[in-house]
Amino acid sequence: MTQPNPAELISRADLVEAIVAATNEVFSTMLNLRLTAEEVQTEPNVAAAPSSGVVSLIGMAGAWVGTGSLACTVSLACRLSSQFLATTCDSMSEEVLDTIGEITNMIVGNVKTAIEEKAGPMGLSTPTVIYGRNFQTRSARIHEWTVVPFTCEEERFYIQLSIGPNQDAAQGAVRPGFQVPQLLNI
Amino acid sequence: MLDILIVDDSAGIRKILQRVIRQAEVPIGNMFEAGDGSQALDMLKTQSVGLILSDINMPNMSGLELLSRIKADEALKHIPVVMVSTEGSQAKVLEAVQLGAAGYVRKPFNAEQIKEKLAAFF
Repeated sequence: MTQPNPAELISRADLVEAIVAATNEVFSTMLNLRLTAEEVQTEPNVAAAPSSGVVSLIGMAGAWVGTGSLACTVSLACRLSSQFLATTCDSMSEEVLDTIGEITNMIVGNVKTAIEEKAGPMGLSTPTVIYGRNFQTRSARIHEWTVVPFTCEEERFYIQLSIGPNQDAAQGAVRPGFQVPQLLNI
Repeated sequence: MLDILIVDDSAGIRKILQRVIRQAEVPIGNMFEAGDGSQALDMLKTQSVGLILSDINMPNMSGLELLSRIKADEALKHIPVVMVSTEGSQAKVLEAVQLGAAGYVRKPFNAEQIKEKLAAFF
């Protein structure tokens, strides 16, 4: 009997559905904010995040490997942190970076749970949050990025996922650790 | 009065949990915080608590490793540990329950879910 192609176990529509559901749930439950999902983009290598602002990254590894990320402007990051902590955050701070990392953790964690039914169990890294200007997010491997833009509080942010079957696992040699994205100045 | 230890690598989540717990109509004593399982174990050497709320994915020592060590320690194993995590798969919940978790709340959570879970310990 022919084994199914691992890459066909999860379609782009599955990924988008999981991203939209997880993001909606996190924003409505933890932030009490409404959002609108925009037209989905796919990028062959470079994530479509804005080149300045805040990017939070989380690695996934197991039968499938990949990276999930949230990218937004500094002003939206501060607004989200204010809602999350029920306080006022006017400028970038440790508190805001922590909030963005935790929001990403909840979204990517729930996407991971949704796709684990088909992809098999995966581990999740702790978030890495980057704040700066003129950067790009690249995947160290060749998986496409599925990019779902959302509008919230009249600002746009992006949930992005680059994931695919773990080639090492398919060959019976699972490499421990997480895929590490490269951050390049442009 | 019940003293509670909150273990999460996100300071924001620790703050939110503290706020929700204070709003719950239950007799709370002191609340303590730790940023990972290792810090929590250090704290438990000197601090007696009646309930622990712990994340799973944390640096240095995960929540499941913390749970496992607490349940293997004669002096600590009576303390109920409720996991609060983004890990939502049945396999992960089952693993936590088998290790001795007293409850499981999936992130994102709302205040009512936490209050409901707390009520079981009073």
